[in-house]
Amino acid sequence: MSALLIGLLVVPLLGAVAGFVLGGRAGRIAATVAAALTLAAVVPLAFDRGAGMWHEVDAAWLPDLGIRFHLGVDGVSYPLVVLTALLTLLCCAYTLWRPAGEGPDTARLSALLLAIEVGLMGVFTGLDLIVFFIAFEVVLLPMYAVIAGWGGPDRQRAARKFALYTLSGSVLLLIGVLGIGLRAGSFDIVTLTQHPTLTRGTQIALFAVVAVAFAVKAPLWPLHTWLPDAHTEAPTVGSVILAGVLLKMGTYGLIRVGLGVLPEGARAVAPVLGVLAVAAIIIGSLVCLAQSELKRLIAYSSVGHMGFVLLGIAAGATSGGLAHSTGVQAALLGNVAHGVITGLLFFLAGAIKDRTHTGWLDDLGGLRESSPAMAGVLGFAALASLGLPGLAGFWGEAFAVVASVQLGHGWIALGAIAAVGGALTAAYLLRLLRRVAHGPATSAVTGIAAVSRAERWAWAPLVLLALLLGVVPALVSEVAAHSLQADEIEAVTR
Amino acid sequence: MRGDAVSLLPVYLAAGTAVLVFLCDLVFARVAVTVGAGVLGAAATAVGAALTRRGKAFCDDTACSWVFDRPATLVAVAMAVITAVVLLLSVPTLRLGEIPAGEYAFLLTASMTGGVALGGARDLIALIVALETLTLPLYVLVGLRRKSVESAQASVTFLLTSVIATAVTLLGAALVYAATGEVRLSALTTALDVSGPARPLAGAGLVLLIAGLAFKVAVVPAHAWAPSTYDGAPLPVAAYLSTASKLGGIFALLYVVVGAGPAWYHVTGPALGVLAGLTLLAGSLVALRQRRMVRLLAWSSIAQAGFLLAPLAALGHAAPADLVTATVAYTVIYLIVELGAFAGVISLRPAGADGGDLAEYAGIGRSAPLRSAALAFAVVGLAGLPPALAGLFAKVFVLRALVDARAWAMVAVVAVAAVVGLAVYLRALLPLYRSGTAAAPRAVLGSVVLGVLTLAAVVAGFAPQVIFSLARP
Repeated sequence: MSALLIGLLVVPLLGAVAGFVLGGRAGRIAATVAAALTLAAVVPLAFDRGAGMWHEVDAAWLPDLGIRFHLGVDGVSYPLVVLTALLTLLCCAYTLWRPAGEGPDTARLSALLLAIEVGLMGVFTGLDLIVFFIAFEVVLLPMYAVIAGWGGPDRQRAARKFALYTLSGSVLLLIGVLGIGLRAGSFDIVTLTQHPTLTRGTQIALFAVVAVAFAVKAPLWPLHTWLPDAHTEAPTVGSVILAGVLLKMGTYGLIRVGLGVLPEGARAVAPVLGVLAVAAIIIGSLVCLAQSELKRLIAYSSVGHMGFVLLGIAAGATSGGLAHSTGVQAALLGNVAHGVITGLLFFLAGAIKDRTHTGWLDDLGGLRESSPAMAGVLGFAALASLGLPGLAGFWGEAFAVVASVQLGHGWIALGAIAAVGGALTAAYLLRLLRRVAHGPATSAVTGIAAVSRAERWAWAPLVLLALLLGVVPALVSEVAAHSLQADEIEAVTR
Repeated sequence: MRGDAVSLLPVYLAAGTAVLVFLCDLVFARVAVTVGAGVLGAAATAVGAALTRRGKAFCDDTACSWVFDRPATLVAVAMAVITAVVLLLSVPTLRLGEIPAGEYAFLLTASMTGGVALGGARDLIALIVALETLTLPLYVLVGLRRKSVESAQASVTFLLTSVIATAVTLLGAALVYAATGEVRLSALTTALDVSGPARPLAGAGLVLLIAGLAFKVAVVPAHAWAPSTYDGAPLPVAAYLSTASKLGGIFALLYVVVGAGPAWYHVTGPALGVLAGLTLLAGSLVALRQRRMVRLLAWSSIAQAGFLLAPLAALGHAAPADLVTATVAYTVIYLIVELGAFAGVISLRPAGADGGDLAEYAGIGRSAPLRSAALAFAVVGLAGLPPALAGLFAKVFVLRALVDARAWAMVAVVAVAAVVGLAVYLRALLPLYRSGTAAAPRAVLGSVVLGVLTLAAVVAGFAPQVIFSLARP
């Protein structure tokens, strides 16, 4: 079973190499097969679970420095692992059936997506700080290449901005990781979580460093400005991966490394994090209200949604004890829900832009007349995104607010403002629907092609997941709670 | 002489290679044969050094002047491998006929002989003679681009500063000898622990020795020769200077500092710490302003010398073996990625050309994607970032040693320099992938060498423990 964990890294890597070497249609098929095999390897990991970590691989890598090749999956990481495997498969399949007309060989695009998957899997399963950091970095170069190679007209600038922001984040993360490892004498995340040795002062300093690194990735206002540019210019599949799972590296890192390894530091810095998160919610929503470009709007909506996730994390850090924290549960739920819904939204935005060659809301309109199916799915995704109860987006955002209010004092105000932000979210998404789906059909929209089979297959799993998570949020929260509790019980009993 | 004459085999092999190259040039006068003989000889030296059993020679009752032990093997093998790589990289330049191939290959292998001898030299005289044998041929090699004024200027700069440095080293050795009556390193440890009027004399001698040797490593303030010399020299010679010459210097320093013993750590440690700190800051900050590829690499290699020396700053506060291991491990990884970077530059430039301006590389990432990627990999390795893991682990080695010794000031300097270094290497990296029209010539041999070096860097990244164990004294 544990061999599957290594498979999560090796299979996409082999697929990436095969995609590069073969090229053309054969390369795209190879990449898609590799992505499918990876997803197939993810599924059995849900069974036969151990206590604490469900499955682990732990081998010496650099014994003299105490660096180990330690991988593992538990309830916190498993939903993200599934999401990564699923979205990569959907994107590879989408590229297989709908190769973009222009740009370099799209087999390379598929290969790069798989290279990104290697890094993502490494981040979500890495239990050694050095492994985690390396995987965090692996993602950077392929994503840069995806934006710079297959992006829109202003892709070079957007790709550079993305690289510079994330690179500066990486430097901070490296400093933080080395600081933790060298001060505490261990790089092992599980050991560090169960036997915290760092003093409060050290924890605060180190948490401040790593939190900035993760905040760039998440992205947290005011470090978010790379995101709209990157999303606007990136190709459809790039945007899906970026919003769907790449941003989650930041929030996952905050939970696993920040709250796990540096709980005291996280608790001390949490109010700052909370204020910034609420600022992100409000500012993201207000910018969305004034936004007139489709992909940019969805990108800014990500800033707002990730704000809710970060609010949950901040609340969780303050309440202390990962296990019973509503905030962390909400953050994990929000994380996955945002991945599913925004992935779907970007697929839709890509489909609309492919057909109409414009993303300006003024030029779109009346989609309902010319393509009712597409308008219907867009409506569904928008409702899920605004947090309609019964759909995936609801739980994370509602409980982030609840967790915040439970803490009392200033947190009540933060929760209240966040709730107002939630209302704004509804306003801008309904505005989006009105502008795009309703009204008389514009010239750009009339006569567009119907939804193709590739698109239907790419969208269907996401629509189902959005529904499923809305009805049974326990799919994510239960498994996470179990793992978190197990961690804590183990920590207490030792 | 007492001792084990077989342990001298690597030196004989290296010297034999030089003679063989000389004869081949006389008899055949063909580039391929001369270089082929040199590469084969260097390979034989490397294999011979790896297989030669440990031994000592030139011994009396108390100490030996030649000890072929683990570090000596490492140095000998590394020197031979570097020489073989540089010879292979020189082939396109030599084929142009502007540089006499026989002389070139002979001088390079003669320099290798000095390097191989340096590894086992364990008295001050043998050490300095070996280091000079390593350096002397380089004065000529640097000036071998006949029609180039820069090349001649570079050679003169190098000669003048080097001669002064040698004089300083010799003065230091003389003072140490005057104070103790001893030149053999293993005997020095006790002999140097003197008191009375001889003590300041010994201290001054030691400091002068370190200052003179620091020149070979191009440590601030003895660094100014490096950028113009690297830029004026033929590219493969610059590669040799930044690797073999540095390797020789760093091991000479290690032997002297460890030989001087714990009684002097309170002098040698801070002295090296100050040198390392200055080198790290000056090297990385000035590198930020460079517009020419080789000058940027030269300044960055100055900064790298700071990383090499940094662990030694903690001498006296931690087990010396740990600090030396960190330095040696960093050195080995540095050699691999630095050679990779130079191999990348050489294979991307026309035969006989210099490194050129950074702007001249615009667009080369598209016309020669694999070679550019390999160069980028090496440069990222120098910066110490994934996916070039070897460079990352090298920096972790150094930081770990310093943190264990609680040398916080040095940790801070190293961290700042590493961060500034990222900007430096980004400067070298970005032009490759900017849009432009630069085209790379065909370079089959260069690409193969580059590929092998990249593979070595990848392997070192996945199995850093191997290098760490090699570096253990």
